[in-house]
This record gives sequence, structure tokens and C-alpha cells, in this order.
Amino acid sequence: MIKIISEKCIGCGACEAGCPVGAISTASGTAKIDYDVCIGCGACVGNCPCEAIEQDEAAEEKIEEKPTTAEYKGVWVFAEQRDGALMPTVFELLGEGRKLADTLGVELSALLLGNGVEALAGELGAYGADRVILAESELLNDYNTEAYAKVVCDLVRERKPEIMLIGATNIGRDLAPRLSARLYTGLTADCTGLAIDPETKGLLQTRPAFGGNVMATIVTPNHRPQMSTVRPGVMKKAAYDTAHKAILDRAKVELSDGDIHTKVIETVKSLKQTVNLVDAEVIVAGGRGVGSAEGFKLIEQLAEAMGGVVGASRAAVEAGYIGADHQVGQTGKTVRPKIYVACGISGAIQHLAGMQNSECIIAINKNPDAPIFSAATYGIVGDLHKVIPMLIEELASR
Amino acid sequence: MKIIVCVKQVPDTTEVKLDPKTGRLIRDGVPSIINPDDKNALEQALVIKDQNPGTTVTVVSMGPQQADVAMREALAMGADEAILICGREFAGSDTWATSYIIASAIKKIGDYDLILCGRQAIDGDTAQVGPQIAEQLGIPQITYVQDMRIEGGEVIATRQLEDGYTVMSAKMPVLLTAIKELNTPRYMTPQGIFEAYEKQVKIWGFADVPVDEARIGLAGSPTNVNKTFSPEPKAKGEMLEGADRNTVKSLVDKLVEKHLL
Repeated sequence: MIKIISEKCIGCGACEAGCPVGAISTASGTAKIDYDVCIGCGACVGNCPCEAIEQDEAAEEKIEEKPTTAEYKGVWVFAEQRDGALMPTVFELLGEGRKLADTLGVELSALLLGNGVEALAGELGAYGADRVILAESELLNDYNTEAYAKVVCDLVRERKPEIMLIGATNIGRDLAPRLSARLYTGLTADCTGLAIDPETKGLLQTRPAFGGNVMATIVTPNHRPQMSTVRPGVMKKAAYDTAHKAILDRAKVELSDGDIHTKVIETVKSLKQTVNLVDAEVIVAGGRGVGSAEGFKLIEQLAEAMGGVVGASRAAVEAGYIGADHQVGQTGKTVRPKIYVACGISGAIQHLAGMQNSECIIAINKNPDAPIFSAATYGIVGDLHKVIPMLIEELASR
Repeated sequence: MKIIVCVKQVPDTTEVKLDPKTGRLIRDGVPSIINPDDKNALEQALVIKDQNPGTTVTVVSMGPQQADVAMREALAMGADEAILICGREFAGSDTWATSYIIASAIKKIGDYDLILCGRQAIDGDTAQVGPQIAEQLGIPQITYVQDMRIEGGEVIATRQLEDGYTVMSAKMPVLLTAIKELNTPRYMTPQGIFEAYEKQVKIWGFADVPVDEARIGLAGSPTNVNKTFSPEPKAKGEMLEGADRNTVKSLVDKLVEKHLL
């Protein structure tokens, strides 16, 4: 419940202007609240220059305290680690976070949760973090949604960052929505571009929709922190400089068994060799046009000749030519190699979404009208089963 | 056991085509389907129902009146009850507001042991609404579920990770999000289709869902769309004519020239 103390009110209108739901009127000379409209968010309490607005305690318990956006400062990056190793996406987040922090003139912090992971702080500093907020507990040994959500939310409420970036890994995408729901703040998924609006100083979060054919820029005008998950492999990694050191900031962790309602029984690393598409400089990818699992041998040979790895379209994976760990595209990996060779791939928008930022795209396809040619740097209309052997020979002759 | 399945009706984006002249999406004539991951969630609920007589499956969706078609399909697959949350007050809701509305509807339903959602919808790909519903209800979640079973009052689920998997347990009620590896959704049967038309899809409007009006729709959503635009067209590519020895030679020359090789 919000109360106006009329004796103190000067009718300046600061509360009226800052009310997110238009529940306050100062037309009569002092502020009046329309309680049918008021959501009790308390934004006006912080906006009032003369302490004429009060929020009673009971209401504060129930309703998320919402300080004004100006109280939130700093850029946070969630430093996801598994088994004591940082995920590669963290370095991409630090690269992007550094730019945002510099534009705003604020600190870049890495938020590191785990048990016995202090040694990672140096690496986070070298990749550009000014501060490493370290939260350690035995209960944070394995990733656990509820434990992580509680610790991160407690820290956000206490320290109030204006921006929080989280890698869109399976774990990041499990945690981030839980945080945003609890904090009543906006979350934008799988961003591919981040920038600061020069006027509002708000975060402009750009993400592809409909398989990358439409881009949407999303803002979170009145809620903080502004939260984004960022698709791994899209942003450039931060520069590595061992001379750059971060302040190690140990946070107090209040966590008990009672906070956790799920139990990890076991975690198993997949034994199959994983294809490192994301870090590859050259990817040779095959689609339905390859024709068979046998046909992918040719793709492998070209990849070997170019020093690259094998990728595939969804059509090739679904036809059973090759495993899903090779899949590039909206439901597979997003890649940006120096050279991407698309062989027998028609170029559905879902595939283009995953590879269109490659530096040089070479398309080989029988169909001159295949959409892949619109994304290609160089296109060859022809049968890949004839063109690729010639290309391998040509490369071998150099 | 009482199971709630959250589904969304989406345009079949695999059928979305580009206009070759303008490069824009052709949206006309794109069929609407039950979101694929949500179908895996529904299938799982139906499998549990097959194995545990007396189980009821309630499907909940938020969307326009036309989503009635998706609700009927869910009923024809074997769901017992379908609730469509539908009203102009809900329009423009982002994932936060959407999860708040759906969670409020689930609170009104009241009695449930298990909530199943798809991991993500193919039109937005956010994967946010499932975990946000779990948070709004204050129950635990297990996402990216590729396998699950029920033992006593507990769910044992296998969560997919990029580099393996985690086996977890949780006491019910719990919310799970399904991925396609979980199962193969069944088809509607003629009998099911017939029976579905005997059943009613319940429509819940704004007055039927206990929500704070200030937290729904466009105004109640923390995020807003600032603008949408077409991605910058890439510089026009070069077609290398012929598919012979000279073509591949000139290609390799160009790559060497640009220091790419």
C-alpha cells in the first residue's frame, strides 16, 4: 500500500511522471493515488524529492521492490563454468560486456558461482572483467536451477546491476528465465547484437525472428536489470591480456538444503567425439544434395583438404547421412568461420540463420535458383559430385 | 495423477518461404500447427496416462480464437480437457506477462502433480515461458528433458546438455520442458477426432483468469519491441560460370588472393 503524506507533498509531479501505470495525479496541487490502478510498485517512493510518499511494510513483503532504474549501475556477465572450466561463451560475453560498460562508463563484473572455482578469477580478469563476484558453496558444486537462481537474485537485489548477460547454453537458458520471472524484469533471448541507446542509455537488444529473416530490437525501458541471453558463437571473443587484473570480490552466500527441491543423480559426459563447429575456421557442409551417408566421405575429404571440419544441414541430418552434432542452423550451431562451403544445401532460412555471418561463403548446388546463392560470396552451379573432386585436386596441386 | 500440458499454436516455420524478389517472408497460406516440442510434452502426458489409469490430462494454451484448432487436435490425441486463454487484454504480452497469465490460470485449476511444456516454440525460440511459469508457481523445473519416468512421488528425468546429460530427480509438483528426443508424438485417431467434437474447448477470458491488469498485455510487459527490420542485404555474390577445372582454379585463386587460404 502506497500512502501520500499530504503535508509534505509539494505537488511537483515527479511521482506522476515516474508512475509506470499512470495511477497518480497532481492536478489538485497534491498527489492523489488511484488505488484501482496502483500496482504498489513503489516507483514513486524513490522518485519523490521530499519523502512525501511511503510504502507500508506488509506491502513490501508481497510486492517486488522496484527501485528506479537510475539506481542500477554496472554490467554483469554470468561466468558459467562446468567442472571448473569456463564455457567458451563467457569470453564472448566479456568482449561484448566490455564494450557496453565502456560506453556507459561503468564497471564490468563477472559473476562466478561454484565450489572451489576461485582459480578462474584470473582468467576472467585477463579477458576484461574489472571485478569478479565470487559466490562459493558446497551447494553450488553442481549446477542447480533453484540454488543458482537464489544466489544470483540475492546478489542482483543487493548490488543492482543495470545489465546482465548470460550465455544461451542449455544451462543459461534454464537459469535466465527463472531469474527474470523472480525479479520481474525483461529478458531477451538469443541476442545477436547489443548496443547502448545514446539517448536513453538503455540496452538495445537485437535478435533474429523467423529464422533470421526479420531482426527485432527489444528494449526493457522500466525494469532492471536488462537481461539478455546471447547465442554462443555469434559475438567476438574478448582480447586476452594477462596484465589486466580483476578485483576479487567474495560474496556472502545464504543457501540451505531447504532451498533446493531437485537432486542431481549423475552427470555424464557424452563419450562421442564432439565436432567443434563453433571454433572452426573452415567448415565444409553438406545437405540433402549429397545424397547418402556414403556421399559425405567426399565432404570429409574436402574438409580435410581445406583444414576444416564437416557441417551439415538439417535435411542431411534428418535423412540420416550424418549425426546431429554436425548440424548448422537455427536448431543446430551458429557458426562464423572464415570459409563456409555449402555443398548441395538449398539454403532454407533456418540454415542461413546459422551461417550467414561467415566471412566467405562458397555455394555449390545444381539448382541455379537455390536460395543459398543469395547468401554466397562465390557460387558454382554444378553437381557437387563432379565439382568437389576437381576442387580437391586443384588444392592438392598448390 | 493430474497433468497439465502447456501448448502453443504456431505458424509452421518450416513451410515459411521467402519471396525471391523482395526477400521478405511470405506469410499467407502458412499452416498453423501445435508447436513441435509441445507435442512431445503432450505425448509424454498421454504415455503416463496410458500407464496410470485415472490420470487426467488438461491442455492449456493462450492465443487467438483460431487456436481452437490446436486444442481440438490435442483432444483428439487423447487429452481430457482443453482450456484456451483468450482475450484482447492479453495481446502484446511478452514472455514474462505470458507466463504470469498462464501461471495464474494454472493456479485457478489448482490441483496438479506435473506440468509439461515444450522446450521452446519455433516462432520465437525463446525457451523462456516454461521456466517462468515454474517460477511464478514456485515449483522446481527440469528443462531439456530427453527421458523421464515416475517413481513414487518423484520424477526422474534426464536433462540434455551440450556435452552430455544430467539425471535428476524432483518431488512433484514439478514442471518439465520436453525436447524432441523424449518421444514420438502419436497421431490423432478417427475415434479420437470423433470424441474431440463431443468435448468442449473451454475459453477463459480476462474475467476468468485472476490477474493484475497492470502486469499483462503490452503495458505490463517488461520488454517492448523497439523496431523490426530486415537484415542488411549482403554484398551481391559472384557466380563463377561453368563447373569445370577453370572454375575451381579461379575459385582457389580468389581465396588465396583474399588470404583466406
